[in-house]
Amino acid sequence: MKTLKYITLFAAISTSLLFVQCKDDDDNVIFQETCTDGIMNGEETGVDCGGPECAPCGQVIDFSGTYKQEDQMGRPGINTVFGTTGFKDAFNVTVPTAMQAAFQTKFQDRLLALNAGYTTNALGLDAATFTTVLSNDVLWLGKTGITTYFNGTEILTGRALSDDVIDVSLLLIFGGPDGSENPDLTSDGVPTNDVTFSSSFPYLAGPF
Amino acid sequence: MKKSKIFAVIGGIGVAVLSVFLISADHIDAPAIQGTTADITDFYAFQGENNGNFVFAANVQGLLAPGQPTTQAIFDETVLIEINIDNDNDLKEDLVIQAIKRGDSMYFIGPTGPATPGMDPLESTIATSTKRSVKISTKDDVQIAEKDGMKFFAGPREDPFFFDFNQYNAILAGTASSFNNPGADTFAGTNVLSIVVEVPKSMIPGGVAGVNQFAPNTPIYNVWVEAKRKI
Repeated sequence: MKTLKYITLFAAISTSLLFVQCKDDDDNVIFQETCTDGIMNGEETGVDCGGPECAPCGQVIDFSGTYKQEDQMGRPGINTVFGTTGFKDAFNVTVPTAMQAAFQTKFQDRLLALNAGYTTNALGLDAATFTTVLSNDVLWLGKTGITTYFNGTEILTGRALSDDVIDVSLLLIFGGPDGSENPDLTSDGVPTNDVTFSSSFPYLAGPF
Repeated sequence: MKKSKIFAVIGGIGVAVLSVFLISADHIDAPAIQGTTADITDFYAFQGENNGNFVFAANVQGLLAPGQPTTQAIFDETVLIEINIDNDNDLKEDLVIQAIKRGDSMYFIGPTGPATPGMDPLESTIATSTKRSVKISTKDDVQIAEKDGMKFFAGPREDPFFFDFNQYNAILAGTASSFNNPGADTFAGTNVLSIVVEVPKSMIPGGVAGVNQFAPNTPIYNVWVEAKRKI
């Protein structure tokens, strides 16, 4: 319903701007003809080739080759906070299956260096358990229901744009079993982004 | 030594000179990767506006000041961005969504099985399955492609991350003992290059309950992003 409304609205706007809106049998909605939309349109002489805008027909795009990992990220801030000099680079080129063995004790040392008084946190996790979870640097994503790092109710079921992941992290590192310890360190005082997010794709706000 | 080297990098690539030298969430998180075209700044995974879809957003090349640093920032054709999905909780990817720039467009491959050419788990090839693409957006020319129920975007966006990182560093350095309220968002006013893909959940089978003890009945995927450079 909503999608239909959106498409209808968009069609109206597109028409008024004399853009071309194509809709083929495969339900491909093309917002503006391009050299990569998989359809022969505009002044193309073949599918996505020829004409004044696109590459000559017969040219094959090269996707060959081998690509080697240089950076990785699951949860926010893990390498930044728990990585220390000497193994930050190594962490970025370690696959998740190897992370816990390589980094859990290092993460635990770092946690206790940041907060020497750490016992457990608001999730009830002791230092070894907490750093075991974090050293496997993957983001949990719930197949159903609300997806959020923490929204007051749901815990670690994804990461939405507006989630205050820093305060969650600070609270779990410094806040103690009930979140009340080290009150000067459990919130950075920045609860939201400087720009509002969109509720529609691509969700992130336009650039400055 | 380390600090001056990093400032040199920041100055050299012409981004805003910020009084920080280590940036979170994953922005310039480690010496070898910082300031390069493969530097992941953030990764998001959430349910879409249509709750039958997932959205994955991967940002690279952070700290882009408005104006020329943003308009001149480009995706690197030698850097493959790979979203990994483990659907059976063995911490190995079962599905990947790959994104790589060719010409004026970002090509997306997947969700598909991982394409690993040899024994090295750090290495990938670009999968041979269906490629879908979107023209890379600019600030004033926003392009969104929809195909097979998926949506695609690639281009500059406002950095969605927020954190008083200067104060965090001051606390770590021992020159401050607490955060401020309100704090100052170190990332306010800066841009990143974003890759956003929306995928019907039906394209991503599996998920395992019991992984997340705080949501024990919810089937969970493990997801993460990797940046890989052509060798």
